[in-house]
Amino acid sequence: MADDKNPGRVPTVIADDVHIVYRVNGAGGGKGSATAALSRILRRGKGESRGVRKVHAVRGVSFTAYRGEAIGLIGTNGSGKSTLLRAIAGLLPTEHGKVYTDGQPSLLGVNAALMSDLTGERNVVLGGLAMGMSREEIHERYQGIVDFSGINEKGDFITLPMRTYSSGMAARLRFSIAAAKNHDVLMIDEALATGDRKFQIRSEKRIRELRKEAGTVFLVSHSNKSIRDTCDRVLWLEKGELLMDGPTDEVLKAYERETGK
Amino acid sequence: MSDTTHDGAVALSTPPYADDGLSSAELAAKHGLTVSGARPGLFEYIRQLWGRRHFIMAFSRAKLTAQYSQAKLGQLWQVATPLLNALVYYLIFGLILGTRKGMTQEVFIPFLVTGVFVFTFTQSSVMAGVRAISGNLGLVRALHFPRASLPISFSLQQLQQLLFSLIVLAAVAVAFGSYPSLSWLLIIPALVMQFVFNTGLALIMARLGSKTPDLAQLMPFVMRTWMYASGVMFSIPVMLKDKPDWIANVLQYNPAAIYMDLVRFALIDGYGAGNLPAHVWIVALAWAVLIGLVGFVYFWKAEERYGRG
Repeated sequence: MADDKNPGRVPTVIADDVHIVYRVNGAGGGKGSATAALSRILRRGKGESRGVRKVHAVRGVSFTAYRGEAIGLIGTNGSGKSTLLRAIAGLLPTEHGKVYTDGQPSLLGVNAALMSDLTGERNVVLGGLAMGMSREEIHERYQGIVDFSGINEKGDFITLPMRTYSSGMAARLRFSIAAAKNHDVLMIDEALATGDRKFQIRSEKRIRELRKEAGTVFLVSHSNKSIRDTCDRVLWLEKGELLMDGPTDEVLKAYERETGK
Repeated sequence: MSDTTHDGAVALSTPPYADDGLSSAELAAKHGLTVSGARPGLFEYIRQLWGRRHFIMAFSRAKLTAQYSQAKLGQLWQVATPLLNALVYYLIFGLILGTRKGMTQEVFIPFLVTGVFVFTFTQSSVMAGVRAISGNLGLVRALHFPRASLPISFSLQQLQQLLFSLIVLAAVAVAFGSYPSLSWLLIIPALVMQFVFNTGLALIMARLGSKTPDLAQLMPFVMRTWMYASGVMFSIPVMLKDKPDWIANVLQYNPAAIYMDLVRFALIDGYGAGNLPAHVWIVALAWAVLIGLVGFVYFWKAEERYGRG
């Protein structure tokens, strides 16, 4: 039916009035003393307890992303960009509204699964398994991951615990593990491509490859240049609300005007 | 921000394309999109969990290794820690308090050490379970996997820890005159059942702990009470023989006491079937199946809600 008019427009992610609320324990009332906590519990009202402070991080965001799009997310710090990404990935439950996706979107990042007390070698395997790769896949790609990270360029560091790495080395290994898997809907949070100049070039190239393989890409970044280079559509979030949604140039211009650049 | 830009956003975000006029839900249904992060069915969940078995194993082994990786003696602590634990309990309950009423020294020492190790298995599984989700929020918020992987993984870690303790336990048993025999093989079914029981309990605690992290503060007291009530360092029927029967019965049929008694029975020559309550194997199996199933279903019911801050 109507599909014939726009054969290319297949939605991959639909966000329908998404609200996300964080609940923070022990931040309510400003007083942290034991008596304050006790009185909070005793004075607990109906429904919500008073010791819990709510942070409404995303407020009613709706949009539809289509296959083949690369979408940038911009906004000042704390505007809810990363939170929205996690909700799309199904990692943070929504308070209200729904996110529909085609397949399983994945967040590019594996940091949380790695353990600094283990060797780089074991972390490659652990990280790969945590991302849902099979043992065979990891075995196949192991050498590629290590070579890409360049960890072994200055000696046999992959067999040392990760806590002995410099922060740059650790970041390189983390990126290499995270980027080893292909995704349908890929979400990239800013500042992934850390490391020296040589590694940055290598990782930008890898992100472009991943983009090609993925159906839809979301990129959170504070660098307007990298948004311009990679995205054709931009969502501008501010205080958890979708301020603007449109072609990259248009939104970036408005954003730059607003942030006084 | 001015309202005009906001209105602009609304107009732009629903462009006049083919699917114009459909609601989000209809559009999603039309193109076969599913709700992100929705809870899978129970059997699908089990299938996903099975698919992640290598991750579960790798994670538990990694945690176990990471535990002692900074220590000079390294993995030797896997065995040294339970050994020191057994020594402390022997010092206090064997030498100072003398709770070995009704038992010879040859029976009491292995009796005590078995009790400590087997109870520690349950205790540390519960404690790890409480923190399984609340202590790993970073992981839960970054990657996709059936969340039950975490509590199961922690229980497995405790099981591996127990296997190291069994080395010490075997040495203690031999030192006090209980030599390896076929009956030692009964340890395997006993521990398998205890593992299922512990995992179920860890799953229950993981869900409770994800809602109420305060449990991590409370549980040590609950667990200690449970330990003293389960006859880790004394024989329940001997100690309570002046009290009404039902008290001893309740204590003896509690799962911790059941699994301890089974391992003692399997391991210690002088600890015969007369010390065990009736139908002990059936009760052990019933506890494992009951808590294992209840824990799994209870945990699964909240699958989509883990990770909320």
